[in-house]
Amino acid sequence: MRRLILLLPLVIFLGVAVFLYRGLFLDPAELPSALIDKPFPAFSLPAVEGDQLITQEDLLGKPSLVNVWATWCVACKVEHPVLNKLAAVGVNIHGVNYKDDNAAAQKWLSDFHDPYQLNISDPKGTLGLDLGVYGAPETFFVDAKGIIRHKFVGVIDETIWREKLAPLYQQMVDEAGQ
Amino acid sequence: MKRLLLGLSLLLMLVGVAHAAIDTYEFASEAERARYRQLTEELRCPKCQNQNIADSDAPIAMDLRAEIYRKLEAGDSNAQIIDYLVARYGDFVLYKPPVTRRTLLLWYGPAALLVGGFMLVGVIVLRRRKAGVEVSTGLSSDEQQRLAQLLEQASQDRKDP
Repeated sequence: MRRLILLLPLVIFLGVAVFLYRGLFLDPAELPSALIDKPFPAFSLPAVEGDQLITQEDLLGKPSLVNVWATWCVACKVEHPVLNKLAAVGVNIHGVNYKDDNAAAQKWLSDFHDPYQLNISDPKGTLGLDLGVYGAPETFFVDAKGIIRHKFVGVIDETIWREKLAPLYQQMVDEAGQ
Repeated sequence: MKRLLLGLSLLLMLVGVAHAAIDTYEFASEAERARYRQLTEELRCPKCQNQNIADSDAPIAMDLRAEIYRKLEAGDSNAQIIDYLVARYGDFVLYKPPVTRRTLLLWYGPAALLVGGFMLVGVIVLRRRKAGVEVSTGLSSDEQQRLAQLLEQASQDRKDP
């Protein structure tokens, strides 16, 4: 009994060490989204090009990634080629041009290729606010029923896509196919 | 001279930036201004995580300030405004998280640790006290009798020398 009590400080130390060690690999900038498993918020916004109105209904039917981007967002430029590649292999991506100038966005899309199926223009950031966007780029995984299943904040690169995000997308596609 | 001009123009640019961070809102009453103050100070900026919405210069904080102002003008209550933000940004925006199953440890953990500590100290003190008594009387009953006798004798010796 006495011997066991002597071990107590070591046990407490190990407990604290495990907690702190885990803390080293947590990203404090990553917030859990409040919108997971909730329907995509209702919106009615113009397209980046042309005067077609886009609403949340247009996202239904097929699982998609909804990518929030802007021309003033430096990281978006890094992410853009990856999105192009994903679009080329058939991933369904929609873009939300967040608090941006429409002309600049059009130029960006023609200069760097347009990976988006729908190009939603959100110049005032109202949809961004409803989505809880706090910094571009952010990518929402929306299933065929229009439910937000996952949110990724930051630049999607090929490693992250392969290891973390592709299975999530595949799962949505599989569910839609059933 | 050129350098001076450059410095001056740089300074002017800084002035512009500092000025842009201050937004001016007109409130119908002092009470409303106080509520705006309180709300923006209580809510946390989602982007720059250790600042509240009132202090932050991040664009998102600016948007949220504008949204809070709009909602105040529209006559929403504090609870409605806070719910609106929590629905979008989660409990993260609250500097004072609500008591739920997930935050029980956060709310009551420190108190539990304190009470636990006091109890531990109490137990240790009680044990020490008990153990202390036992150590001083670590004599067999024979020895104790002898001790009593000796003490008796000593006191008698003192009485009649």
